Amino acid sequence: MTAVGESVRRKEAENKVSGAAKYNDDFTVPGMLYATLRTSTKAHATLRFVDKRKALQMPGVRAVLLGEDAKVLCGEVLADRPPLAKGRVRYSGEPIALVVADSEAQAMAAAAAIDIAYDPLPVVNSPLEAAKPGAPVIHPELGSYTKEQSPIYPQAGTNICDSAHIRKGDMARGWQEAEVVVEGDFTLPQIDHAAMETRSARVEILPDGRVQVFSSTQAPFEVQKLLSKYFAVPQGQVVVSTPLVGGAFGGKTSVNLEVLAYMASKAVGGRLVRLANTREQDIATSPVGVGMQARMKLGATRDGRLAAAEMAYWLDTGAYTDSTPRVARAIAANCTGPYRVPNVHCDVNVVYTNHVFTTAYRGFGHINLTFTVERIMEKLAHALGVDPLELRKRNVLEPGDTTPTTVRLTRSNLGDTAKCLERTAELIGWTPGSHAERIGPHTVRAHGIAAFWKTSSSPPDAISGALITMNKDGTMNLATGTVEFGAGTKTTAAQILAERMGMDVDQIHIHSDVNTKVDPEHWKTVASMSTYMSGRAVLEAAEDVIRQLKSVAATVLRCPPADLEVGGGRVYLRDDPQQYVAFKDIAHGYKYQEGDSIGGQVMGRGSFIMRHLTLLDQKTGQGRPGPAWTVGATAVEVDLDTRDFTYRIRRAATVMDAGKVINPRTARGVVMGGMNMGLGYGSRESMLYSDQGEVLNGQLRLYKLMRYGEQPEYLVDFVETPQVDSPYGARPIGEHGNLAAPAALANALSVAAGVPIDELPATPEHIWRATKGVHR
Amino acid sequence: MREGWEPLKITVNGVQHALSVEPRALLSEYLREELGLTGTHVGCDTSQCGACTVLLDGKAVKSCTVLAVQAEGSEVTTVEGIGSVDDLHAVQAAFWDRHGLQCGFCTPGVMMAAIGLLQERPHPTEEEIRAGLDGVICRCTGYQNIVRAVQDAAGRLAAEQDRAVGD
Repeated sequence: MTAVGESVRRKEAENKVSGAAKYNDDFTVPGMLYATLRTSTKAHATLRFVDKRKALQMPGVRAVLLGEDAKVLCGEVLADRPPLAKGRVRYSGEPIALVVADSEAQAMAAAAAIDIAYDPLPVVNSPLEAAKPGAPVIHPELGSYTKEQSPIYPQAGTNICDSAHIRKGDMARGWQEAEVVVEGDFTLPQIDHAAMETRSARVEILPDGRVQVFSSTQAPFEVQKLLSKYFAVPQGQVVVSTPLVGGAFGGKTSVNLEVLAYMASKAVGGRLVRLANTREQDIATSPVGVGMQARMKLGATRDGRLAAAEMAYWLDTGAYTDSTPRVARAIAANCTGPYRVPNVHCDVNVVYTNHVFTTAYRGFGHINLTFTVERIMEKLAHALGVDPLELRKRNVLEPGDTTPTTVRLTRSNLGDTAKCLERTAELIGWTPGSHAERIGPHTVRAHGIAAFWKTSSSPPDAISGALITMNKDGTMNLATGTVEFGAGTKTTAAQILAERMGMDVDQIHIHSDVNTKVDPEHWKTVASMSTYMSGRAVLEAAEDVIRQLKSVAATVLRCPPADLEVGGGRVYLRDDPQQYVAFKDIAHGYKYQEGDSIGGQVMGRGSFIMRHLTLLDQKTGQGRPGPAWTVGATAVEVDLDTRDFTYRIRRAATVMDAGKVINPRTARGVVMGGMNMGLGYGSRESMLYSDQGEVLNGQLRLYKLMRYGEQPEYLVDFVETPQVDSPYGARPIGEHGNLAAPAALANALSVAAGVPIDELPATPEHIWRATKGVHR
Repeated sequence: MREGWEPLKITVNGVQHALSVEPRALLSEYLREELGLTGTHVGCDTSQCGACTVLLDGKAVKSCTVLAVQAEGSEVTTVEGIGSVDDLHAVQAAFWDRHGLQCGFCTPGVMMAAIGLLQERPHPTEEEIRAGLDGVICRCTGYQNIVRAVQDAAGRLAAEQDRAVGD
């Protein structure tokens, strides 16, 4: 091995540490116009009037757009979202007007001068409330919306905009077998992605009709397709460029600023217009991660074998659906966690509320299902009097078992959960029984553990591509459509190619930006799937290059291509490596001594499409949601002060089955980052709303993130059970540090405080309420 | 000079500039928009994230919370001024080598804060690094690799000094 398995430095890191790296909002062009949004201060209201006359008179103002200026309804799955509110606002922070001016300050001044009159409507503040019969209906038009992508099953006249279901086995039999049954209610708030780079987009419409889009997106090809669809521009005329992205976490999959920037540019004759979120807008106007209320009942035999599980979820999708219907199916598909449950009944409802609308968030619903399952496993362990670790190990899914959607598991598509649990327990110093240990007059220490699994839940036709062109000096240029937002996707692709070619990774040139005009499509840089999808495409392109290199070399070396190997920048005879031709002598064709030449520039193509995936059946949930799973476990050690319920997270361990670790340092870094986000969610992060649905913490001063010094010591390790159909056996790992961290923290705190913590974030106040039985 | 704008003399990364600025312009805006030094990033406007941290007369400050006119007569160092690709600053080399970054957006500010810290405490303990970087936020890394990078940088700086003394 030359490249895979090595901690090579990131391709783009040199530019990042020198300040030369460019992010989307680092490009200012003379003559560029500035757009800004005027957003709603009410969570639910009809707009009696929106008067733009005064704003239009303000200095530097070029255009003011209102709801009636936008003809389209947006939405990845269901077209339910007007780019600018029309007649009604459904969340505080919703865009009402778009102002274009010569400077940002002028645009902001004019936006503030727009006169808006609201007639308040009753506010729906939680998904359970929203799902009740008689709740105020947030989208009276629900029945008439266009379904953009199946499956989606809206219930007209209600706030339930979609639902997904699992029906597996025989529930009556399952409950009969269950000798011990536990139940619980679980609540998670919405969460903000809080990428350090706020979202931004610029659009220019050229005289020839070409639409140039510059966006900090995870999904440039989705931006291209949706703008083409919304505004009837031929797809090839929409060109989306995405430079380095400053963190994404799913929040940059949603297409919305691009739509507004297009409308702004159109309104000013196609001039280049920039629209960039302030931090406040990034939290309260652009989409956040889904919240939930859930109920779960789990039954087991007295010897701790799971027999039946029934769960219901109400997902807080906020005012619009975006990709949350797909999140609902991801939750349903994996609703048992990595455990064998023969009889399963699961309903996942997607419910409108007057909260900020939601989109993908690192983990795609798996934080939610992991929290629910891992908290109830803890209750079951308690009820059975079994060590929580032991209960988990006893019930992990194994090859030959089937998932809730009845996919048959193999060692390759599953990995080894038990091994991950054991190694995690070892790292954290697990003692059987999981008891709180008094370590000071007012301090107790406790451990919590939780296991996770996740598959991609991507569309069955998601594609990825790779193009390789060779330079005269024998090095290679590699183009992929994945976005580099911090996970190291580009470096990984280069490592995979270097490994296959037996070259140094420095000889692979890969650009860190994406341009839809020249780069092959990668569906979206999401679901931790770049290594698998893009890697498969890279390997296919590499084979194409190797075939071409061997073909020319065979002529030069006067032998059949089958006798040749590549490596070290050469094509050589397998039986006599001293007989070779260097890449540099054939990369752009081979020139004989007389000057006559053969070959041409070597260029390879690789094209990948998902294999064997199917949509989930709407009644039973049967189907194949992803190519394979990544399994693992997280454990947390906390010291809780029993007087005021403040606590310190001392150590946190995660072990996952990575299949094959391509870049150890990058992998550890990504897992630690995920754990940090998960512990942030578990301990402090939450979208906070007033009774009237107004966002109370729409800035980083109030929206609490983990800060330096608050992080525990991170212990990260990997198990390597190859996923046979993935490049070098590697499994996705990008989201997974995040998945079980909140659950493990809640489990530890439940032990430490001696009360169940079934709602996050577990702030000291929340723990105090739980111990005193005080409800809000 | 445009009406209402103020003259500003300032030295940035060793180069003197004499431009006029809007009185309301922030130092971060001046650096990014007037001088094109886009390595200084703005993540929040409320002095929380620290991505905009620069050195103002040698002290690490958040440039989104300083008016450009307040920097009159001062020396400012941004990430572009601490080293070059051929001759990286010890902190830059350590962040690169130790994978002290992921998306890289906060990195310039974190490195400037780290330089500020190392100037005050050349041999910080882990606790001192954690406390010293409290003013910056990183959403990607979970901080552990950054702490390692700062420790590594401290070692590199000490070695550089030893070499300088040896010369």
